[in-house]
Amino acid sequence: MEPTQSVAKRIPRGWLVSLGILLSALTLSGVAASPAMAEEVSTAVASQETEEPAEEEFEYFFTGNVTFEDEPLEGVRITVEGGGFEAETETDAEGKWTIGVPEKDAYEVTLDEDTLPEGVVVAEGEATIESEFGLTSRKAVNFFLGEGQRVTTDIGAQVLIRVINGLNFGLLLALAAIGLSLIFGTTGLSNFAHAELITFGALMLLTFGVDLAVPIWLAILIALILSAALGWSLDATIWKPLRRRGVGLIPLMIVSIGLSLAIRYVYQFLYGGSTRQLPGATIPSDIHLGPVTMSWIDVASMVTSVIVLGAVAYFLLRTRIGKATRAVSDNASLAAASGIDVDRVIRIVWVMGAGLAGLSGILWAYFRPGVSWDMGFQILLLVFAAVTLGGLGTAFGALVGAIIVGMFIEISTLWLPSDMKYVGALVVLILVLLFRPQGILGRRERIG
Amino acid sequence: MIDWIAIFSNAAQELISPTTAAYALAALGLAIHFGYTGLLNFGQAGFMALGAYGYAISILSFGFPVWAAVLVGIGASVVFALILGIPTLRLRADYLAIVTIAAAEILRLVFTTNTFDALTGSASGLQGYKQGFADLNPIPSGTYGFGPFTYNAYDWWIRIVGWTLVVVLALITWLIMRSPWGRVIKGIREDEDAVRALGKNVYSYKMQSLILGGVYGTLAGMIFVLPRAVVPANYQTSLTFFIYAILLLGGAATILGPVIGSMIFWVLLSFFSGFVARAVEAGWLPFMSQVQAGQLRFILVGVAIMLIVIFRPQGIFGNKKELAFVK
Repeated sequence: MEPTQSVAKRIPRGWLVSLGILLSALTLSGVAASPAMAEEVSTAVASQETEEPAEEEFEYFFTGNVTFEDEPLEGVRITVEGGGFEAETETDAEGKWTIGVPEKDAYEVTLDEDTLPEGVVVAEGEATIESEFGLTSRKAVNFFLGEGQRVTTDIGAQVLIRVINGLNFGLLLALAAIGLSLIFGTTGLSNFAHAELITFGALMLLTFGVDLAVPIWLAILIALILSAALGWSLDATIWKPLRRRGVGLIPLMIVSIGLSLAIRYVYQFLYGGSTRQLPGATIPSDIHLGPVTMSWIDVASMVTSVIVLGAVAYFLLRTRIGKATRAVSDNASLAAASGIDVDRVIRIVWVMGAGLAGLSGILWAYFRPGVSWDMGFQILLLVFAAVTLGGLGTAFGALVGAIIVGMFIEISTLWLPSDMKYVGALVVLILVLLFRPQGILGRRERIG
Repeated sequence: MIDWIAIFSNAAQELISPTTAAYALAALGLAIHFGYTGLLNFGQAGFMALGAYGYAISILSFGFPVWAAVLVGIGASVVFALILGIPTLRLRADYLAIVTIAAAEILRLVFTTNTFDALTGSASGLQGYKQGFADLNPIPSGTYGFGPFTYNAYDWWIRIVGWTLVVVLALITWLIMRSPWGRVIKGIREDEDAVRALGKNVYSYKMQSLILGGVYGTLAGMIFVLPRAVVPANYQTSLTFFIYAILLLGGAATILGPVIGSMIFWVLLSFFSGFVARAVEAGWLPFMSQVQAGQLRFILVGVAIMLIVIFRPQGIFGNKKELAFVK
């Protein structure tokens, strides 16, 4: 997921040392101070004894001490960035560094891993730390170094890694997209609340698998059944009565937006704003296929997606009710006239769509990783992009569209910064509408 | 004990607050798009972001005077409307919805990313662009007003400019909707093919409407950031949904609807949040924390959107015959 051009293989050891002790006036005068004590050093003392005149233009300082196995590391580059200010320095012979900043604000402190000696990496946490001043004008920033290997991979291998990642992401998008597309096909509704169906699956797994400590396989089963039940009850309590009233498609879409907003904040109300991990989400990536490393979760995720998508395809192409679904999707009145129970088909589509979305949410929670109240909303537009790309209302189009969107996002991180990776996919969505509005597998028909 | 006076006075302040004016302006723009033309623009937050960033960046990075900064914001939103409109205005309504929502998110992500930090201030946003606007203030410094409406000169200046803009643009909207141009626009909403059969260039009219409403949104974005800082997190899709709630509450195809809707929306929201927050404080709602009390308002807005659309689609001021919804 990271945009770095190198892949760090981290081998954390038990003896990770907390490194970087506050460089304070007290340490200069030879008194060893713990960070907690050093926080209390008064600003007056600190400013009197600053050793480098260059720092006097600033009032606030980030300091630290970079050592590895008690040996100081020299020449490690540290940068500080934030509030439009940027500065960098290198550690001295004693492994110490100090950077002055103009304002008492939050800054990002980055340790450049490329300047660390061979075999040493930032082992715990990130090489970039967001740091804010407390009551004093000095703030210690510690990086936790450990032994590890940094394997720099060539461009071909990187593309391969991104493709595998993209395939994984695309497959889980496809699970959600097929449900959205089927619902759109059979009822004409652009269901913005689909995002909340995605989140629901992950939240239920969190509730049963973590909070109630049910065995994981059972918890997943319960989460999927509850997701499907949610789909059924949404159709029964909201969408079916609205269809009976003859409410137009655009009012329906706005109702789904209101529903999405309400449910999303109910989630936040009940589960809070934090991100929590599902059981097994942090197991190490120990499967090596050439340059690609994956965890068992990744493999299981992809295999599950492929099997479920195959089952959906079989359902749509071979079973009676699946054929009826495609018939309703094609032309609801004609289907009703030939004896198909349209309401029953729509109910089945809702149950199936919500179940698939719930599964997609569980896989998304492992892919991100983490469960949060707005996780579904984060990928809703990508699901919409997948559906539009493949052709609105076509199930297999949604599958193709989702895999393209997933791959595109992952591969684009080779060039785009990671906080911009969704931008590429959304731009592609707009471009596709410009040149092929019916989508890749959509039928050419008048849609204007 | 609950401090009712504080709750009521906070709610009353929302009546003329610049935020209310900004939402009214944005909703007025959306009324042109959605209410009169039938365009499903879900990217009004994007237009507002362009106004806010266009204004702030022109002043902070290029040292433009206020009038030039305003023009930059408007220019940016015209370009944005063209980019949105060219691929989608020929397509079915829901395509515009998906594209506008995607485009607004693209803008937000571009404003949030660290890549352009020097210009946009990334996630922490921008501030310090208010001096030029404050220098134009003719009111001598001091504190004026009565009761809950007591503000300093700068605060009054924002309110006066904001609400003058609302009144002027509401009048302009009223006039153009009575003009032949407005009749064509409403015709497009009712039956696009019929208007096309009369020889009108529907595509071009829709584009003009998209640009006009977008410019309203841009001006709203500028008013919105005058009393606060520019923060990218403010321009999420839920901003657009809030504006939709205001528009639907007041009545989509009306002039007064968006303005009064915005006042009602903010007064009620402030009253509700104030009441719940203090009720939690007083221990009336033991199952709820302060943070949760803050989230209740979003749940309420979501439910309100659903109920209005289902039970009173024409809004408070709307005419049942002039239902804003396209088939």
